Amino acid sequence: MLRMTSSTLRCLAQTTLLLFWSAIAVWASEPKGSSSHGTNIFAPASTPAKSIADLSVFVLVITGIIFVVVFALLVYSVVKFRGRATDAGREPAQVYGSTQIELAWTIIPILIVVVLFLATARVIHAVQDAPEPAGAVQVTAIGHQYWWEFRYPKLGIVTANELHIPVSDPSRPTPTFIQLLSADTDHSFWVPELAGKTDLIPNHPNRMWMDPQRTGVFLGQCAQYCGTQHAKMLLRVSVDGPEEFASWVRAQQKPAEAGAIAGRRVFETNACMNCHSVAGTPANGRFGPDLTHLMSRVTIAAGAAKNTEDNLRLWIQDPSAIKPGSLMPAMKLSDADLDAVVSYMETLR
Amino acid sequence: MSSNAITIPGAQMQSRPWVDELHQWLTTVDHKRLGILYILSALLFLVIGGVEALVIRIQLMRSHNDFVAPEVFNRMFTMHGTTMIFFVAMPVLFGFANYLVPLMIGARDMAFPRLNAFSFWLSFLGGLLLYFSVLGGSGLYGAGNAPDVGWWAYAPLGARAFSPGHSSDYWTLALLVSGFGSIGTAINIIATVLCMRCPGMKLSRMPLLVWLNLVMAGMVLIAITPLSAAQMMLLIDRYLGGHFFDTQAGGSAVLWMHFFWIFGHPEVYILIIPSFAFMSEIIPVFSRKPIFGYPVMVGATVCIAFVSMSVWAHHMFTIGMNSYANSFFTITTMAVGVPTGIKIFNWIGTMWGGRIQFKTPMLFSIAFLFQFLIAGLTGIIQSSAPVDWQLSLSYFVVAHFHYVIVGGILFALFGAFYYWYPKMTGRMLSERLGKWHFWLFLIGFHLTFDVMHIPGILGMPRRIYTYEPGRGWDTLNLIISIGAFIQAIAILVFVANLIISCFKGAKAGNDPWDAWTLEWSTSSPPPAYNFATVPTVASRRPLWDLKHPEDPDSRYE
Amino acid sequence: MAGLIIAESSIFTIFVVAYLFYLGKSLTGPTPREVLETPIFYTICLLSSSLTIHFAAKCLARGIGFAFLGFWLLTIALGGLFLYGTAQEWHRLIYEHGLTISTNLFGTTYYSLVGLHAFHVTAGLIMLLTVAVLGLCGRVGVKQSGRIEVLSMYWHFVDAVWVVVFTVVYVLGR
Repeated sequence: MLRMTSSTLRCLAQTTLLLFWSAIAVWASEPKGSSSHGTNIFAPASTPAKSIADLSVFVLVITGIIFVVVFALLVYSVVKFRGRATDAGREPAQVYGSTQIELAWTIIPILIVVVLFLATARVIHAVQDAPEPAGAVQVTAIGHQYWWEFRYPKLGIVTANELHIPVSDPSRPTPTFIQLLSADTDHSFWVPELAGKTDLIPNHPNRMWMDPQRTGVFLGQCAQYCGTQHAKMLLRVSVDGPEEFASWVRAQQKPAEAGAIAGRRVFETNACMNCHSVAGTPANGRFGPDLTHLMSRVTIAAGAAKNTEDNLRLWIQDPSAIKPGSLMPAMKLSDADLDAVVSYMETLR
Repeated sequence: MSSNAITIPGAQMQSRPWVDELHQWLTTVDHKRLGILYILSALLFLVIGGVEALVIRIQLMRSHNDFVAPEVFNRMFTMHGTTMIFFVAMPVLFGFANYLVPLMIGARDMAFPRLNAFSFWLSFLGGLLLYFSVLGGSGLYGAGNAPDVGWWAYAPLGARAFSPGHSSDYWTLALLVSGFGSIGTAINIIATVLCMRCPGMKLSRMPLLVWLNLVMAGMVLIAITPLSAAQMMLLIDRYLGGHFFDTQAGGSAVLWMHFFWIFGHPEVYILIIPSFAFMSEIIPVFSRKPIFGYPVMVGATVCIAFVSMSVWAHHMFTIGMNSYANSFFTITTMAVGVPTGIKIFNWIGTMWGGRIQFKTPMLFSIAFLFQFLIAGLTGIIQSSAPVDWQLSLSYFVVAHFHYVIVGGILFALFGAFYYWYPKMTGRMLSERLGKWHFWLFLIGFHLTFDVMHIPGILGMPRRIYTYEPGRGWDTLNLIISIGAFIQAIAILVFVANLIISCFKGAKAGNDPWDAWTLEWSTSSPPPAYNFATVPTVASRRPLWDLKHPEDPDSRYE
Repeated sequence: MAGLIIAESSIFTIFVVAYLFYLGKSLTGPTPREVLETPIFYTICLLSSSLTIHFAAKCLARGIGFAFLGFWLLTIALGGLFLYGTAQEWHRLIYEHGLTISTNLFGTTYYSLVGLHAFHVTAGLIMLLTVAVLGLCGRVGVKQSGRIEVLSMYWHFVDAVWVVVFTVVYVLGR
């Protein structure tokens, strides 16, 4: 009796698990709607992400069917062929194998593999070998520990951590092609709703593209372990309508406004220039993010904190309070100097 | 029982000074004792690795948690991975192989007993070396103690510039040392199987466990050494000013990845094939039928061994290989699923038409089948390169490989423990505690690793010490962490069972499971010399032939 | 020994792959063409040592102890000569051309690959010397010929690896 209960319990357990998991999967796959999008790979907003999502569903359906069939066989065999007390001492028929069955369950999986492979190969080529059209926006992304440098070579823009790209109309596509480089270790650019991830590897340039068809802010983060603060190397991709994008570009192309002289002097005499650039001033360090338009960004420290005056102040005073392990040293400024520098930063729109 | 008999201290009434007993154990070259030493050391590291996992799960229970600092977290996942793969999984599987292979082929010991002992102590030393990094990794200077570069130590993160101090060196040396131990064991297994089978045991009559360990040993020779080579190169870079992986000098970070995964992928097959071996011994006995399709099982395993050498770059789909390379590795990875699936079908075929007994080893085996099926399928899902461009480096992968390693390998190991513990100690493990262990672990496992697939789909990358709220990951991570604690309790039940049964377990006798391979023909535990007379076999199931002289296997093979 | 040879071959393969991969990729410094001189004489030494060890093993199997020892010592001498040649080459490369393991990619891969091989030659020579000492003390007879065969397998392996290394470094690499 114990044996029967055991096997029935097992089946019940396994079936419950199955239902539970399916429910969660369904719940999880509902796209979360808002102007700030989520990070769900099944809520694609761009062609590469959509091709991948469609392929994923196809693969999931096939593997799902395989699972159901084999699971059914397993449950059936466990229930039907369970040993009963009345069997004691008698052995069942000793079967050693069957060539036909072996052939069947070799050939069918091979066919399934062929189908899956063909579907996959198509998407691989479509995404990886897509030609770059003339109207594409070109971005160079350089990975650093623990922030993203973005350069738009043709537009003369340098910014950090928050990418702005134009929305792409499928009838007249304006995709963004990103060249991926690294200044130190390996990183990976992952914004799930816009594209699959591609790594940034030193001495190994990579390329990816996306053509978002919805405006809004898309979130992501670094996916390749790059050191202590890998977790806080976040990405914000702002997909703008054509006018918004154009005005953003114009604003970014301008050098910094002159102002806040006291703060600027603190900035330029305290080694800040060694790492940071501010266009239109002598500061042209490249180790840290370009600060020319710092106030145009929603967050600081690659998404680790909101871009508010208090956070900025805290960050400059002691980066490890927000992001321990970050490579920016604590500047140990006096309160007066700190106030001045923060005021200066606030003018960098 | 002769004074040469193998005993676990305390299980026998002999009053020998404990110092002598300890000395016997430390200097033993007997394959059975070495097997037990391997297993005990693996259990020790399992507990340590498990604690590391719990630390990880507590930190990730909610977003922006601050249970541990980021540096500590990064050391935790590095040590957890390294410990579990190299100092738990490999030693415990080598331990079982060491114990069982000579017994199953009717041999007196392994081919090279002293090399066997040397290999064990190298492996154990490697583990100690890895953990010594906590003290010695420039600990006094605070430049980092345990390694924190991930268990792959991707270049250039492992270079001097990004990994100052000695913590990465301890990682490298520990694995180099234990790698040499693994090679020694592999040589031993191959020599033993090829040269020391008892009369009548042709290769086609060996138990599947022996076959599969032979295949595994062959893979070890070819697959572990690329890692050793890469680590030598890393040491040359770090200490002799070499530039193998120095991207500033034109070196290639991708080359490290290739070398690592040329080791790394076959490595996981090295781990799963012995687990298949356990299943292939346990499922037939508890279904009361021979394994379905013995030649196909052997062929499929050899096929897996070969094909698995050609799939490594499916760990590198995101690094920017060209579309032809990505397509190639997609198809080879999908291809390796075919022989693997065949094995699952054959196990089900073994159960089909049988009279299944739901003792604890069989419970774990059935769970293995269910979980390995799922694990294999999530592997197929990720084998499609574009899908992997989303799922790689996310918690989906973490869920997948834990499904294989915990849901597959560890469950198979638990089955093996319950099945062979009586042979090793002469006592049965408690069925009651066994069932508690099984159900608790099953629930905890599924709670953790089923749910874990979802954060991956929702965009959660791996190796992050914390995460942003509002991405939908919070509740899921909480559930995952709760499951981890349930598994921890189950492990405690298991360890309690191991210890209590040693003293209070029912006496096992030679053959408590009514099984058919040679190890069940000796006493439990076997004497030092294994067999009083060298057995002669005429079929794959010599004990079946003895018990059923009217219907021996030898008539059908 | 076969198992060990398989494992070692795998290690050497990885170093060879790295060498081939990095050919032409050094950013600075001396190139193979500029500094390498083909060590024909020392290669002949090493390869003939395979022949001599083969004869040594054969003689031992037939019980001709004196000839065995002679060939054995000859093998050691030839192996030693090879190592001397390597040392000489390295001395020239370091002091005349300034090529060290840290100079550039070529330096790193060259010294690693040739060095790994030289290390195996050294290990082999130590084992051969041990046998030589035992042989001179009269402890090596027909009964040990099995073990001598196994050891000579290792030595043949070391020579075979040199053929590969030689081809890769001095033929293909230039």
